Amino acid sequence: MTTVHDKSTDAPVDVTDPRLSRFEIVKEGARRDEIEIVTYESQFHGTDSKAEKRVVRNIALLFLIAGVGGFAFLGFYIWWPWRFELGDTLSDYYTPLLGISLAVSLFGVGFGILAWAKKLLPHEVSIQQRHNDPSPSDEQLITGQTMLFVADELGQGVQRRPLLKGAIAIGMAPIGLAAAAPLIGGLIENPHKDDPPIMFSTGFNKAHNGGNLVRLTRDDGSPIRPDDVSTGGQMTVFPGIPGGATNEWADSPTLLIHLRPDDAQLTRENADADVRNKGSMWGDYVAYSKICTHAGCPASLYEQQTNRLLCPCHQSQFLITRNAQPIFGPATRRLPMLPLGVDEEGFFVAKSDYKDTVGPDFWERP
Amino acid sequence: MKRKKVDLAQAPVTFAKGVDERYKAATPLRGLLNKVFPDHWSFLLGEIALFSFIILLLTGVFLTLFFDPSMKEVAYEGPYSALRGTEMSAAYESSLRLSFEVRGGLFMRQMHHWAALLFMASIVVHMARIFFTGAFRKPREANWAIGVVLFLLGFLAGFTGYSLPDDGLSGTGLRIASAIMLSIPVAGTWISASIFGGEFPGHLIIGRFYIAHVLLIPGGLLALISVHLGLVFAQKHTQWPGPMRTNTNVVGERMFPRYALKQGGFFMAVFGTVALMAGLFQINPIWLFGPYRASEVSSASQPDWYVMFMDGLVRLMPNWQIYIGDYSIPPLFWPAVVGLGALTTVPMFYPWIEARRLKDKTVHNLLQRPRDNPERVGIGAMSLAFFMVATLSGGNDVIADKFHISLNAMTWAGRIGLLILPPLAYYISVRVCLGLQQHDREVLAHGVETGIIRRLPNGQFIEVHQPLGPVDDHGHPIPLEYGGWVVPKKMNRVGALAPAIKGFFFPVEKPAEAPVSPGMPPVTGQEKREEITTGR
Repeated sequence: MTTVHDKSTDAPVDVTDPRLSRFEIVKEGARRDEIEIVTYESQFHGTDSKAEKRVVRNIALLFLIAGVGGFAFLGFYIWWPWRFELGDTLSDYYTPLLGISLAVSLFGVGFGILAWAKKLLPHEVSIQQRHNDPSPSDEQLITGQTMLFVADELGQGVQRRPLLKGAIAIGMAPIGLAAAAPLIGGLIENPHKDDPPIMFSTGFNKAHNGGNLVRLTRDDGSPIRPDDVSTGGQMTVFPGIPGGATNEWADSPTLLIHLRPDDAQLTRENADADVRNKGSMWGDYVAYSKICTHAGCPASLYEQQTNRLLCPCHQSQFLITRNAQPIFGPATRRLPMLPLGVDEEGFFVAKSDYKDTVGPDFWERP
Repeated sequence: MKRKKVDLAQAPVTFAKGVDERYKAATPLRGLLNKVFPDHWSFLLGEIALFSFIILLLTGVFLTLFFDPSMKEVAYEGPYSALRGTEMSAAYESSLRLSFEVRGGLFMRQMHHWAALLFMASIVVHMARIFFTGAFRKPREANWAIGVVLFLLGFLAGFTGYSLPDDGLSGTGLRIASAIMLSIPVAGTWISASIFGGEFPGHLIIGRFYIAHVLLIPGGLLALISVHLGLVFAQKHTQWPGPMRTNTNVVGERMFPRYALKQGGFFMAVFGTVALMAGLFQINPIWLFGPYRASEVSSASQPDWYVMFMDGLVRLMPNWQIYIGDYSIPPLFWPAVVGLGALTTVPMFYPWIEARRLKDKTVHNLLQRPRDNPERVGIGAMSLAFFMVATLSGGNDVIADKFHISLNAMTWAGRIGLLILPPLAYYISVRVCLGLQQHDREVLAHGVETGIIRRLPNGQFIEVHQPLGPVDDHGHPIPLEYGGWVVPKKMNRVGALAPAIKGFFFPVEKPAEAPVSPGMPPVTGQEKREEITTGR
């Protein structure tokens, strides 16, 4: 490994000596930085060797490729049709062409520089000394004493003067709080301030519809008749209030299911055996909150054969015929059932808001 | 008055003197130019993270010029006809405009996203390198802790970033984030309401995430990256053991000319890779997801890969709810809040934990081969196994779908795997390390297996071993001390065969020396070369 050892590390060098080569001055600088340049040797035999010329040609080629890539990128960027159009058009290739041409250009520069450094520049091994030792113990002592001195001057001064101690305590605490208050205080929102409380109510609450029962509507706001949902079918419904289908009412999306008669019978038996869900079905129709009780994703995959609802986010599964109890996955709580009714015009309404809390679970849910 | 003649050749000298008279820069600048860096491919993993971060800053600034962080509802009227007329937030609309109606906008967006994925990936791989080689030991414990914080900040930067377009996928992610906040005992509803400005989704979250994503988190990243690199610089890089290398020196190349040049070339290569991926591989095609609607989700809703482990843990968590009187703690709390908190803070203390366990107070500047500390490798393998199971479980629905496996079976496999595989990984990796250690010692004691079978006069067959060092009077090798570095185990490693010709170009001449590690000195004598004296 080691070929040439630097023997001149001991003697001081007069750097103004005109006989010194530039490299000798560099070596002296390195020596002052505690670096020994062990090897600094050309990768080629002699000067202007065939091998060296070949390497130089290759590096030059890489830089030329970089230039061609750069021009290609500019060309594509300026002249290639870039406006998006539907269907198979030339604009589909705009982003790939930009990527390829820029990559060619950058790879050209990158590998050119790398080849230059690795193949053309002389090989080098240098050794620099590290200093693992901590500061000298007397330095440690002096600095420590200086810090203690400062602490004494300030701290004991306060210790000796009780009035100052009290005044600083009383004066500083409010300053700190005053600085923090506007930064944090403005953000704080009371989740329980609204009436009806937002955490426990949805758009199906009568309060949002001027005290009238809220209809079940499609996302375009049109109401739904029982005939609109075929047997075994399901439909996502929203509260029939202004903006009811928007994210303003993110807790309100509901799944209206028209069960087959035998499933409906089973579902009704289970619902009537439950205090809260009793009488919430209308005929063979049942409506469950679509918002998963685990993390709030829409539990929207309806498996007709097994009567399961599956949430695609974390795969909680709910059994429709058994009050939407969770039967697999991380959810603990059943999907709330919306008390269904039909108004005098024959459209579905919610007889009341959900009796269970909709959406992901939290600490103070009753 | 006589005009002073301007000597152009002297101008740089005059300028440099002027600078030094004012800032006294000559000595520190020389120290910088001369600083010696050790070289090894594994030291470049952190650089990939640094270069990705630079690309992120460059492309990110471009994206802010077109993005509108507003949740105001607008109707889309752009060229993407599938969504024309759809109500959507201004944030989503401006992201679509950036993708379809800004020249090169999609390219920049994809470059930003790919650079972010590469940033996190290189952080993880870099962390593994630091961990398995013991580079975090004294005096570098604090820098390890900073690195762990950088991972957490990158995680948050990624999450806030991919939430900004407000598309169907990212909105689902925000919904889950809100549910995670709600799951925190006592303060959950208050935290969620304060961050979202009311009930989910509210009207503020995109604006708040925007300022966090473009100012607060990058500011933190920039500050910590500066400290991280500053410490590497001040404490000098670690190095592998080998000839000439000790705990009190650095063997390598001076920063200039060669080392800095290589770094520059490497940056360009990383940049080129990101550009190529951004051009060829589609990432986050937000127009396919549609605007976020609370009632809609599709299957295979996955976060970016570095968040998937958390999603996986959430999927695997059994539905255990804790009831305390009228109050309760939902199961979501444990994997998402406690889990993420623990996984990003406990590793921070590992350097101190290990030092305490080994009662090790010495300064370490030489790296350890992973095999030389089997327990550490075991712990690392255990963590990686845990991370892998959790990450794969984050996509268990896709695996179930593509390989026709029952979804419930995937969940159970994940639950069981999360408990069984990490200890198994620990056991296997410790045994592998011990085996490798033993083999090293065996070769040092008996020499390299030559593959030559000799029959002794008594009929016995033996394999001839090539001793690595001197032999005693009977021709048996004198056992060698293990030096903490690669032990040659094949005959061509000690020069039995012509060295394999490696290189970026086709061979232009006989290689200067056998391509060996510093620990494997070439056996054949090397040609004497002349030292360069011109400094050219």
